[in-house]
Amino acid sequence: MPRGGGWRPGARWAQGTHSGGPSLDALPAHQRPTMRELGRRSEAAAPVFRALRSDDGTSGGIAAPLPPLWGLRPTIVVARTGQRDVVTAACPAALDLGLVPGMAAAHARALVSDLDLLDAGPDADRAWLDRLALHAARCWTPTAAVSGTDGLWLDLSGTTHLFGGEERFAARLLGFLRRLGFTARVAIAGTPGAAHALARYGGAGVRILPEGGESEALAPLPLAALRLAPEALAAAARFGIERIADLYPMPRGPLARRLGRGAVERLDQARGFVPEPIVPVVPFDMPEARRSLLEPIGTAEAIEQVIADLLGDLVLALRKRSLGVRSLVLRCNRLDMGAQFVTVGTARATRDAKHLLRLFRLRIDRIEPGLGIETMVLAAPQVEALAPEAIAAALDTARQAPDLAPLVDALAGRAGDAALFRLSAIESDVPERAIARAGPLAKPAGWPVWPRPIRMLARPEALSGVVALLPDHPPRRFAWRGRSYAVVAGDGPERIHGEWWRRPGEMWAVRDYFRVEATSGERFWLFRRGDAITDKTGDLSWYMHGVFG
Amino acid sequence: MLRAAVARVAASRGPVLPFGVGPVDHLLAGGGLDGAGLHEVAGASASWSDDAAATIFAAGIASRFAAAPDVSALWALTRFDLYAPGLEQAGLAPDRVLYAQGRTDKELLALCEDALRDGSLACVVAEVKAADQTATRRLQLAASEGNTPMILYRRYRRYGQCPLADPSLAMTRWRIGTLSSGRLASPGVGRGRWNVELVRQRGGPPFSLELEACDDQGRLALPAATADRAVAPGRTDTVAFGHAA
Repeated sequence: MPRGGGWRPGARWAQGTHSGGPSLDALPAHQRPTMRELGRRSEAAAPVFRALRSDDGTSGGIAAPLPPLWGLRPTIVVARTGQRDVVTAACPAALDLGLVPGMAAAHARALVSDLDLLDAGPDADRAWLDRLALHAARCWTPTAAVSGTDGLWLDLSGTTHLFGGEERFAARLLGFLRRLGFTARVAIAGTPGAAHALARYGGAGVRILPEGGESEALAPLPLAALRLAPEALAAAARFGIERIADLYPMPRGPLARRLGRGAVERLDQARGFVPEPIVPVVPFDMPEARRSLLEPIGTAEAIEQVIADLLGDLVLALRKRSLGVRSLVLRCNRLDMGAQFVTVGTARATRDAKHLLRLFRLRIDRIEPGLGIETMVLAAPQVEALAPEAIAAALDTARQAPDLAPLVDALAGRAGDAALFRLSAIESDVPERAIARAGPLAKPAGWPVWPRPIRMLARPEALSGVVALLPDHPPRRFAWRGRSYAVVAGDGPERIHGEWWRRPGEMWAVRDYFRVEATSGERFWLFRRGDAITDKTGDLSWYMHGVFG
Repeated sequence: MLRAAVARVAASRGPVLPFGVGPVDHLLAGGGLDGAGLHEVAGASASWSDDAAATIFAAGIASRFAAAPDVSALWALTRFDLYAPGLEQAGLAPDRVLYAQGRTDKELLALCEDALRDGSLACVVAEVKAADQTATRRLQLAASEGNTPMILYRRYRRYGQCPLADPSLAMTRWRIGTLSSGRLASPGVGRGRWNVELVRQRGGPPFSLELEACDDQGRLALPAATADRAVAPGRTDTVAFGHAA
């Protein structure tokens, strides 16, 4: 970096960093980037969209390689549990030095002085596991699930032949994870429990168990491999049971009494005597309906007809999945390769085709058909669960409260989403801060019953010529907007203190509010700054703030 | 035949909302406000307090239309200077008002028409400056179609020119102005008093009455007779600030 930190795109030092790859002229003609990729530069540009967010909300695709987190120094990952820091993971070098997960971080530091510590990120770990499970469910097997905090279960029944057998699949899986920057162990067994145990305690990188070999393979493993509860493990340690093999000859009744029923169940599950279902992750696919048209259309009536057909298809799909839409996107592909998008949103999840069609009808005039539309796709990017509603309530003789959601959608379609709102109370004594906007279907709470004006000035306006007795009487006369008023009656003061937690300048500020009636019946809401006793509460100036009817 | 015609006209009108104030209901055709018609409200002058009084009058009517549980009134306006706690004190609690803010009066009237035809609202209130005869006819039709009352609050466009001078097809047209209220025995501000003027109504005579302002249920009241007042009006100056001495 040159001195001053300035960066110029054309600077020579900047060009030098870019020309890492082979020179353009050295490439064969078919490998050279096109003029479009080059833009107006002589070096190839990075693809613009590679760094964009993918659909599942994380940057890049699944294959974003991670830099290795540890180098030559031993590294441990530390999480705070209660009062102490505990090691949750250790790199191979640290494991060789005797640092194991579960020991106190202070202990590990005392043993090895030259140690790198990283903070654990369980949420990030979990997010990565979820993404891997989703990827597995999309690419390898329909039944994939996250197991524990550090593993995945893939049900490979009838899928491995697609990848050339179990060995090749396991090798492929390891290679995939290595490219991502993960080290992994794979075990393929007949039961989820056995696979879980062998992957964590089996030792080898890939362990493929022949059918029916679970009992023998599990026998030498420690008891912790069975996913037992901590109490069961402690009890087993008291009885001197260390290996899973120790459990095999034991009578089941006493075993269940000493280690708990769960331990026996886990053992049976791992040996294959009791089935253990995997609850798979379900990759969400957006409900979508598509119509390719025989002939391109361009009239509003035709477009509306196609939208109605699309909505009919979509509503069927939604009903099957018990979903309701919160927003819909209509994509119209035109003959000239252009696309027109129309979006509608709803205030509440719905799958009422008639209502949705009405929302689209308000926006059909925004579609420019050009030479004609040949394909229309309707997708629901935002859906919510919507169970069927019991009709018994509608048979009730009492009058039903009308549902405002369709009206709100229709009005929002005309005036915009922000145009419809309710106002709700928030806890503030300062009048202009006491109201907040809420959604159009909210049930807001009311305000305290202090007298409040019906209309209020956006900014209080200063009064002139005020005659008032201090400290706590309403003014007898004042002038505002070029007119003078004589006051015949007044209520007050209502003292409102400033909110120092919002603005430090309001630390001592005080407003004394008065409701006054002038001679011809006008009722105003005035205030005075300051309590007329302490100077720092305000300068005793008077303001008009609102009007009562 | 005449009875059939009368019955048809009566059927085209929605449920009637009486004011609960004897003289007003007596003078109103049908004994109250038509629940499926257009009503116009304006201040007696362009002053801020008359404007506020007319607003509270409209809010009171809207709150009495929206008295059933779980129904809402729509309040449509272009410039938001309402203060919602004050509206609650006229009877319109925040869970019973839905606000719609439009960019122009034209858009606002279109919103109101949609809302009226939908029929799921208890009442629609709109604050507009400009609404010509065509607009009021459309609103009146939409109101009778959706069986929803519409209150058009007409703001002053020019100082001194009453917006109710424009032709309109409203069922009733009200003009509200503030009056000096009766003095209380103790110092303080009493209930407001209005000059409620019915400028025009279909099928009835215009009238003008002095009434007490809306209470927290949106109800008007007749002022107490002068003889029953606690303090004679001539003595107001001496008692207004009894505690000031």
